[in-house]
Amino acid sequence: MIEQLPVLVIVIPLMAAPLFVLIGNRKLVLLLTQLVCWTVFGITVSLLSRMQYGPISYELGGWPSPYGIVYNVDYLSAFVMLFVSGLGAIVITYAPKSVEREVHHSKHSLFYASYLLCMTGLLGMCITGDLFNVFVFLEISSLSSYALISLGKTRRAPLAALHYLIIGTVGATFFLIGIGLLYQMTGTLNMADIASRLQAIESSRTMLVAFAFMTVGLFIKMAVFPLHTWLPNAYTYAPSVVTCFIAATATKVSVYAFIRLIYVIFTPQFAFERLPLDSALMAFSLVGIFVASAAAIYQTNIKRLLAYSSVAQIGYMLLGISMSNVGGLTAGITHMFNHALIKGGLFMVVGCFALRIGSLKLEDLRGAGKTMPLTSFAWVVGGLGLIGVPMTAGFVSKWLLLTSALSLELWPVAVLMLLSSLLAVVYIWRVVEILYFSPASHLAKTAKEAPMAMLIPTYIVIGSTIVFGCWTVYSAGIAHAAAESLLGISQMGGVQ
Amino acid sequence: MTDFLGLYNYWIVIFLMMTGFYIVIARENLIKTIIGLNIFQTSVFLLYITMGKVNGGTAPILKGSHSGESHGAEGHGAESHGAESHGAESHGAEHGQELHAAAEGHLDSGVEAVTEIYSNPIPSVLMLTAIVVGIATTALALALVVRIREEYGTIEEDEILEMDRNS
Repeated sequence: MIEQLPVLVIVIPLMAAPLFVLIGNRKLVLLLTQLVCWTVFGITVSLLSRMQYGPISYELGGWPSPYGIVYNVDYLSAFVMLFVSGLGAIVITYAPKSVEREVHHSKHSLFYASYLLCMTGLLGMCITGDLFNVFVFLEISSLSSYALISLGKTRRAPLAALHYLIIGTVGATFFLIGIGLLYQMTGTLNMADIASRLQAIESSRTMLVAFAFMTVGLFIKMAVFPLHTWLPNAYTYAPSVVTCFIAATATKVSVYAFIRLIYVIFTPQFAFERLPLDSALMAFSLVGIFVASAAAIYQTNIKRLLAYSSVAQIGYMLLGISMSNVGGLTAGITHMFNHALIKGGLFMVVGCFALRIGSLKLEDLRGAGKTMPLTSFAWVVGGLGLIGVPMTAGFVSKWLLLTSALSLELWPVAVLMLLSSLLAVVYIWRVVEILYFSPASHLAKTAKEAPMAMLIPTYIVIGSTIVFGCWTVYSAGIAHAAAESLLGISQMGGVQ
Repeated sequence: MTDFLGLYNYWIVIFLMMTGFYIVIARENLIKTIIGLNIFQTSVFLLYITMGKVNGGTAPILKGSHSGESHGAEGHGAESHGAESHGAESHGAEHGQELHAAAEGHLDSGVEAVTEIYSNPIPSVLMLTAIVVGIATTALALALVVRIREEYGTIEEDEILEMDRNS
């Protein structure tokens, strides 16, 4: 049983989803979905706790690698799976009241089935060691997220989903072209096998083209600055629960796939020394941080404000990855985790506002600090984390990033990072001012405090941003182990 | 010139890819955009199938000499029931090695079981999966277009954006 855990992470939600469509009873499906999500979370916890005995490699159907598909669990994949499944579980616990209000009753069981499929796809992208499998799981998670986004109540939701579908499919197809070219060069789809075979090839045009296609494909999925246009609409018009889950996890898993692509398949020597990807990434992420943060300041819808902030935060992760040393990579991976908690928590707060006030326009939220004090306070705490105030999770990752930038003597980057945090202060403060220091709007005046069933999960997530701000053994510590093993692998590859 | 003509499959792939991509970018009609997306994906299918073809190779089917059939059956068993029988597993590995050799183009290098040249089946199998993904994408996209038309009464993107701006 224990050795089957890696495959159960995928099989349980994958099998549960069609079953739930057949069951159809929405109360029962909801309970079972929560059960499945927490089970998967338990499995990922036990997988991560087994990492001290070394990475796990699971051969599907007993076919040895590189002929069969292998599932690899190491520090990095176990860590990413842990927070994906953890947020998946906590968001689904928070979901019922919000889904009740925002999604039509007849669609509930389909909604929960798609939710599970989306989680399956994201976990699969983390665990698989087969490149084509990554594409398949990417499409599973993407297709289910298009469907989830289109369930939003406004009539703009289907259009936002369709735009995301078109751009996302182009991105995924780019990734598929890249896989094809790599297969043509190496004759294998196993990531480790591809990596060892690419060592023998100095550099060829096919390899460059494959690298370019895969990088651009993942950039679209990550919503890196110039390719982010799908994200604000998709996040804004999706149901609140969907936004919580997708904003917290989907882009991070693409960042994870990108880390694997650079550090395992193509070595950093190829990506950063032979190609100038490090300076390109740094430029993209810094421009993205500033443009998206500035755009966030001018938004009038709180969800769209957070969506632009998400685009900016992806920049910090890429900044860490582009530094290509243990410190920078640790900072990038830690920020994936911390930002998942912070943004997940903030979108959960927004979901509470959506439930009680029914509008997400900033002018309608005026004065909600008096009628919804607990929800508003959660916003303040989460917002402090997003800015990176000491004692919050956001501070830990920004501090790591800053020290890493200083150790590489990237003074301009360090200064720009601090300046960009000020932009975050502006857009978070703007909402705080509206919540606490403005005359109440008529919608906020009559609003009740959000129900405990939603507030408790929200406070668990928001509270954990404080916990992981003071106690970093299990966030930055694991990220450090993951970064060391990634760079260790690539250095060994370089020697060969 | 022979290089140019000899690679005609790739020219078709690039032509289709660019056609599809252009349609996706340039067309305002949502249905036409989806058709463009389909053409774009189809070009990738063709790319994979082209790379799997070995010159003069036949279809990759094991012939009935020297208990080849039982190999096939056992190999299949290993696939569907996990690795229960050790024999099936080792045959499976051997079979995999053959395919692997074909993929590398080292067809003649000492793999005795292969007496005939055959094309690499893996890219075609991968494309079966990709075609399924493509169908799912198209179906979902069309369903979304139906809903958009119910809400807005049009499938021209510029008109929809115009209506959104005014509302």
